[in-house]
Amino acid sequence: MQELINRAKELLADGTVARVLGWKAGDLPYNPEPAYFETEESLKDFVYNGFCGANLSKYMIEASKLEGKTLVCLKPCDTYSFNQLIKEHRVDREKAYIIGVGCKGKLDIEKIRKQGIKGIESISGAEITDEAETLTIQTIYGEKTCAYKDAMLERCHVCKGKEHKIYDELMGESKETKDADRFAEVEKIEAMSPEEKFAFFQNELSKCIRCNACRNVCPACSCRKCVFDSNKFDSAQKANVDSFEEKMFHIIRAFHVAGRCTDCGECSRVCPQGIPLHLFNRKFIKDIDTFYGEYQAGEDTTSKGPLTNFTFEDVEPSIVAERG
Amino acid sequence: MYKIAAENLQALFRKIAADQDLYLPVKVSDQVNFRAWSQDAEVCLDTLKTVKSPKDAFFPQSENLYTCKKDEKNISIEPQALQEKNFVVFGMKACDVQGVKVLDNVFLSDPVDTFYAARREHGTIVALACHEPEESCFCKVFGIDCADPVADVATWMIDGELYWKPLTEKGEALTKAVAELLDDGDEAKVEEEKTAIRAIVEKLPYSNLSLEGWGQEDYMDRFNSPVWEELYKPCLACGTCTFVCPTCQCYDIKDYDTGHGVQRYRCWDSCMYSDFTMMAHGNNRNSQMQRFRQRFMHKLVYYPVNNNGMFSCVGCGRCVEKCPSSLNIVKVIKAFENQGGEK
Amino acid sequence: MSIETNEEFRPKIVAFCCNWCSYAGADLAGSSRLSYPADVKIIRVPCSCRVNPMFILRAFEKGADGVIMCGCHPGDCHYSTGNYYARRRMTLLFSMLDYIGVENGRTRVEWVSAAEGVKFSQTMNEFVEKIHSLGKNVRLEDLRCRS
Repeated sequence: MQELINRAKELLADGTVARVLGWKAGDLPYNPEPAYFETEESLKDFVYNGFCGANLSKYMIEASKLEGKTLVCLKPCDTYSFNQLIKEHRVDREKAYIIGVGCKGKLDIEKIRKQGIKGIESISGAEITDEAETLTIQTIYGEKTCAYKDAMLERCHVCKGKEHKIYDELMGESKETKDADRFAEVEKIEAMSPEEKFAFFQNELSKCIRCNACRNVCPACSCRKCVFDSNKFDSAQKANVDSFEEKMFHIIRAFHVAGRCTDCGECSRVCPQGIPLHLFNRKFIKDIDTFYGEYQAGEDTTSKGPLTNFTFEDVEPSIVAERG
Repeated sequence: MYKIAAENLQALFRKIAADQDLYLPVKVSDQVNFRAWSQDAEVCLDTLKTVKSPKDAFFPQSENLYTCKKDEKNISIEPQALQEKNFVVFGMKACDVQGVKVLDNVFLSDPVDTFYAARREHGTIVALACHEPEESCFCKVFGIDCADPVADVATWMIDGELYWKPLTEKGEALTKAVAELLDDGDEAKVEEEKTAIRAIVEKLPYSNLSLEGWGQEDYMDRFNSPVWEELYKPCLACGTCTFVCPTCQCYDIKDYDTGHGVQRYRCWDSCMYSDFTMMAHGNNRNSQMQRFRQRFMHKLVYYPVNNNGMFSCVGCGRCVEKCPSSLNIVKVIKAFENQGGEK
Repeated sequence: MSIETNEEFRPKIVAFCCNWCSYAGADLAGSSRLSYPADVKIIRVPCSCRVNPMFILRAFEKGADGVIMCGCHPGDCHYSTGNYYARRRMTLLFSMLDYIGVENGRTRVEWVSAAEGVKFSQTMNEFVEKIHSLGKNVRLEDLRCRS
């Protein structure tokens, strides 16, 4: 991390960049926040550890409108989002100085809490230089340990890999964290009966509070005005009046990013109710792969997205009923 | 002081639910929220904080106000019936109970919100002391004692037994209704538990937060402070903090076209949203910084100024745990603390 | 040709028809005196590609029991390629509806040209029958819209 701070200071000092977009240490061991640093002095609060899950590509949409270059720290998975944003002309490559930072899997404080660990005072083992094997947690109820793996975000278990897709320079080691199949959960649901599927999603979506965090954190959700914010509708974007509203919102949210969603997993990370929102996005990704050939959004900056493309031989929508 | 063994709680719930509605922390799809009790509900009384606060019981996220129906050339208007059935909210924490008091000041002062008033009238609150407070808690800062909640009934869970103490008339009535299930409890045991809880609270990192400078009439310096410009930056403008908060009370009123009429309903609003207080001429807070500032100025300045110094934050810490960008009211308070000379 | 309708349940069907082929197909069905149930309400759209997934969900919300989208045959689109994009979108949407447990068959896409009055009426009859067998849409309705 010190290496990263030093490099950032250098780039600020020689005027290459006007600001640094990274993470600022929080007041608890696990709550760093995305932040801009404009002076060398302010970088004393800079932090990069296992709790820096936020995908900073989203912030680059706004940063691209600022004067001068922004140094942005992107993890391997974040670079997919950045590429996709370039493709959609939502960020300016020239305005970004990308340091590809290493990643050993990001942590989910909820998973730590779920293990009954509470009253947290400090956490060690989450630094980027650590082995990422075990977390030692001091709590007011005594010392606890937790396997790093068991505290990782869902998305890290299906990691797309250690490779940064776009960067100006690389810094820090990454670690292979993938230990699950990306589509396993989707397949499990597909195998259910319609009644079971309906009950599953009904239960999950009954928790939705319409806070719109999943939408607002999503790098692909970059519309200036979201269709759900329109005051022309008689259903509010913030009201969970009828169970239909949540279904409609979540289907359309996922549909609007279908073919553009890089599966960065931010939606599931931020959901206050722990709704596995990635299950919607991944269903679209899986269908796209099956029907139109394998496609990874954000892999490059030029290819045509699957929903802005077609072939004469595409399957007919009736396939959904036919495949049973 | 009464008590009941934890294994008899199911019988207690059944008894309460026999003639009134019962809301309590229930786990659905891995998350605990206040929901209606049913025989097969997975009740989680040991959950310190439900994701959403229990304010829904009195001020639901969405509620109908009236319905217009069109039948040929006739239009009929039907007001929404007020709450008539008694209900019990079981297991509210001291901070959430204080949250209801914050709402009372808003909805029960003139003009009285009849929907809210009816729910308050018919609702009985059974509060539960916090056995093991966590690092995100800071109720002490607002003078709340999580070891000794003040509600219709106060309860403590100690070694597999729920200690039960009615504090109001409503509480006495409920106690009478379930008397057959209660035994006499030992006051000393509860005192012991209270002492233990208070000792833990002292150790919490936020317990000594200073509110100096907040809640004062003379707030323009704070309002105009450049600190806000820094603080709001990571805010994603989602409504998580407002929707999990036990004291946020802003709402929006909308019409829904049912095809055969109109339903006028209200739903929680969030000052973080761009259409908050949207009027015909547009919006009077047109940047996210202004919206962000509004939330904290309301909680820590405007509300206390208008309500005899009562803050509209109760230190439940839900925003601390849930903000996608790890922003929260504590960071705001601390940021101004560091400003030193600021008023 | 008409199907027997039972007194209790008369399905509400929304048909999105493109201006250039399918709407003309419906017109031809009418002028050829081919019948299809009055339960089908046609909404004319400039091109099948105009149909946003939200249109389909809105239709269900407001009480439709089945939604069908008709457009020009692939290759015949008035705007050359609109229906190819529509085809991909609808495939993904239908698959998603299936995934969240909405009964298969409540949604359908059919390509109907301006000359296919017979096909239009046949398709509609078939679809109404299908929805009849599936019954009322309860999984995607907004309860407030119930009469």
